[in-house]
This record gives sequence, structure tokens and C-alpha cells, in this order.
Amino acid sequence: MSKKGFRPDVDAPEWKGGHQPYDIIKEGTIALIVVALLTVVFAVMFGSPDDKEITIKTWANAAPLDFAQTALGEMNGTTTTAGYGAPYNTASTGQTLGPLQLAKWAGVRIPINTEKDFVIRPLETQPYDPTLSSALTSWKAASSTQQTTWVNNFTKASNSMKFVNGNVVASTSDSGPVPVFINDLTHMARSGALDADLISGGSFFTTDYTKPLLFLSDGGYLAKLAQDQHLLGSQWGMMNETNSYPGQAWLWLYTFWYQITPFSSSSNADVQVWGMMMLLSVILLLVPVIPGLRALPRKMKVYRLIWREHYRDQ
Amino acid sequence: MSTDIERQWTTRLRHRVAGKLPPEKVLPDTQPAYVASWIYVFGVATMSAMAVVIGTGFILALRGPQWWHESSVGHFVNSLHLWSVEIFFFAMVVHLWGKFFMGAWRGKRTATWMTGVVTFLASIATAFTGYASQSNFDSQWITTQAKDGINSTGAGAFFNVLNFGQMLMWHIVLLPLVAVILTALHVVLVRVRGVVPPYDDTKKVGEAL
Repeated sequence: MSKKGFRPDVDAPEWKGGHQPYDIIKEGTIALIVVALLTVVFAVMFGSPDDKEITIKTWANAAPLDFAQTALGEMNGTTTTAGYGAPYNTASTGQTLGPLQLAKWAGVRIPINTEKDFVIRPLETQPYDPTLSSALTSWKAASSTQQTTWVNNFTKASNSMKFVNGNVVASTSDSGPVPVFINDLTHMARSGALDADLISGGSFFTTDYTKPLLFLSDGGYLAKLAQDQHLLGSQWGMMNETNSYPGQAWLWLYTFWYQITPFSSSSNADVQVWGMMMLLSVILLLVPVIPGLRALPRKMKVYRLIWREHYRDQ
Repeated sequence: MSTDIERQWTTRLRHRVAGKLPPEKVLPDTQPAYVASWIYVFGVATMSAMAVVIGTGFILALRGPQWWHESSVGHFVNSLHLWSVEIFFFAMVVHLWGKFFMGAWRGKRTATWMTGVVTFLASIATAFTGYASQSNFDSQWITTQAKDGINSTGAGAFFNVLNFGQMLMWHIVLLPLVAVILTALHVVLVRVRGVVPPYDDTKKVGEAL
């Protein structure tokens, strides 16, 4: 290539200097041994975290009122899942990136009706109980307007909700079967039966934990434990692990955006941060063809440190 | 007859591969004199860590996803898996920055850079699905948080981070396959094009920094 047409950020000068012995197999073997030894040293010194999972049973026993309030929220539509939108339901448009309604366009692929899936259907699986059976019968016989009225009336009374002698009680009237549902679902949760029902979903084999995880994350208990372990989004939680393990440190830039405005206060923060990271990833991919960006290393001259022996010998 | 053989796809492919990658390029015994910096170690360190990650992952796979919760040996293997991943990413990030500062895409090495970047991104996805399929408190919290980001892009409709079975399959089959293929392609490109030469800069060392 002629010197005139040489583009320093695109073309590389032809190497006319000398060569030195290089044993690629030896280098690879030594590197593998060193990395393996380092891995063993770190594993012996620090181990790895394995905090036991939280069950709905754990939650309902540790914080029965939080569970009961969440169960009511699944009925009155105030929980995160109930109002989520796609891919779970059509309760909202979901997050948008300008005019792009990406979640909505992808559609409801994992349909979840929180009232039916998290409350009514699990209760229907319970052994026969005359009170519950009667409550379910009257619920099914009622119009949707009547159902809404019952739920709203119990919601208004929910501030007075108490957990007394193993039962959820509230001062309410005209709430129909809703108090029975919330109390019985709390009993079911405290016994572990709700875990079994939500996990299995009626099947014997399962590997899908979508429903119990969504229900768990709708409550305040899981978030409280996460906050204690510095795992909230506002605590750089996306990259952390329990205790003091490094976690996914490589996600620092992704997590960083959640800590600053406008993302930290945006209702569309997730899609905005993802959009930002997609854009930055594409830029990183295309560094070789972006004028200005591809000139940075030549202008920053860090290469003179890397190849200092080469330049010293010139 | 010989002309027919020369026209065969197999023969043509062999000639092409042999021309691009002769044995002395695949297993070189010399390197240009400028290849003399610790920064070059991080490429091979990344691959070594990847080998340890895959090896420990194989052992974990032998006994299934519950084993490491119930057995002290399993927990130790999990610790090896975790720390090899940490070393892998550390080495990979240093390697990436080193290559950036070398302008390593110069001299028709754009594809080498791009396969490296895509491997980096695929590795992040692989690691994430590993964290998502730990089946403990960490994975409960990580997945219930991460779902919002992935759902917001529309991808959550097809890639359900709350589905343990799906995440485990992505973690131990699909994404490692992608990462290994991309790594192999990246290494082949490095061997075909060689290591990028230094910038043509005749200034004395002291002038630059």
C-alpha cells in the first residue's frame, strides 16, 4: 500500500522487523494451570453464596399481613403483576421508548389473571370446607359488578386488617366472600399448599416458577430481605449478590444508568436503559468503522506503553 | 480426472483452508518482536478461564442442578465455577481494553474485533442465565428484577427469566455453544490475520506520555 493512501486508523503498517521464538502450546498450558490454581485458591478462600430460597410459606408465616394485603392486591388489581401489561396481561401498555410500545407489540405470551390464578383457582383446589365452598359458589354466581363492589369494600377496610390467632380479620361489611378468600388463602400459604399449587399448576413435572415468583415479588417481604442484602435497584442491586460476593460486576454500566437521572425517576427506565445499552453495544461493535472513535487509541497513545520496547528500540 | 477432483467442493475448501491457515499459522513457533507485553497474556488467560468454566460446569451437570445445594463437594464445585467466571470476565475485559488501545481492528482485522465483542456480549448472557438458574434466594431476586428490563423490550414474551427450565437450558446448552463457536471463530481470525502491528509512530517514548 502506498504511504499516501495509508489510513492510520484503518490500515496497519507492514511489519518488517524481526521475530522471536514463541511456544503457543507452552504458553496455553501454563496459563491454564495458573488460572485453574487461582480458581481453586479463590474457591477455598471465599466459597460461593447460597442463601436458601424464600417460599410463599416462609413469607406468609413471617409477614402474614403483608401476604394478605398482597393477596387482596391481586384481586383489586393494585399489585405490580395485576397492572403489568404484556407479556402477562393487557392491564396497561407497559413501558414505552418514545413511540415504541415494544412489550405491547410482543403480546401477552404468558397470560396471568392474578385474581383467578393467584387466589380463586388455588382456593378451588382446597379440601372441602363448607364456608369456603359457599364463598366460592356465591363468588361465581355474582356479576362482575358485584364482585368488584365486594373487593372494593374490603379494600377500603384493609387498613384495619389484623392477624389475630392465626386469622386475618378486618372491620368490614358488604364484602361478600372476599374476607373468607383472603383468610383461607393465608391459611393455605402458611401451610405450604399455595407453594405446591402455584409451582405445579396442576402438573406433576414442572420447571416453570413464573407464577410463584411473580406473587412473591408483588409482596413487600422479598424486597425487604433484598434491601437488607443491598440488592435493590437503587443499591446497584442488579449486579450484586448476597453477602459481599462480587456478583455480576461486568453489569456495572447497565446498573449505573439506574442510579442517575433521568433514568432513576423515569417510569420507562427499564426500556430506556436497555435502549441505551443496546446503542452502546452496537457502538462498541462498530468501533472499527466509526471515524473519530476509531482514532481514539492512536490519539490517546496508550499503545506506547503497551509496545514500549518496540518504540524504545526504534 | 484430476480436474474433476480439483473442482470438488471438498478439494476447494481444503485448498482454501490450507491457504488461509497453513500449519505454521495455526501453531506458530515465532511471533513478531513487538509481541512483548503482559497485555497479550489476557487473551490466553480468557480462554484458559473459559476452559475451567466449562470443565466445572460439566461436573455440575453430571449430578444435576440440585446437587450443589445438598453436597459440600457440589458446593465447592459451584465455588470453582463461580470464581472461574469472575476470572474469565476480568481477563476478558482487560483483553478488550488492551485491544482497543492497540487499535487491534487495523489491517483488515475488523471481523476479529467484532467476533470478540459479540463473544463478550454472549458471555454476559451466558453468565446471567447462570445466575438466574441458581435456584436460591439470589436467583429469585435477580430474576424478578431482571424480568422488567427484558419484558420492557418485548423479549420477555419469548425469553422468560422466571422459567427455571428455560434459563437452565439456555445456560448449559444454547449460550455456551454460541460462546464457544464465536471464540473459535475469533481465534481462527487471530491466527489468519496475525497480531496487529504497532502504530507507525517514530516519536521517542518520552514525548508521547
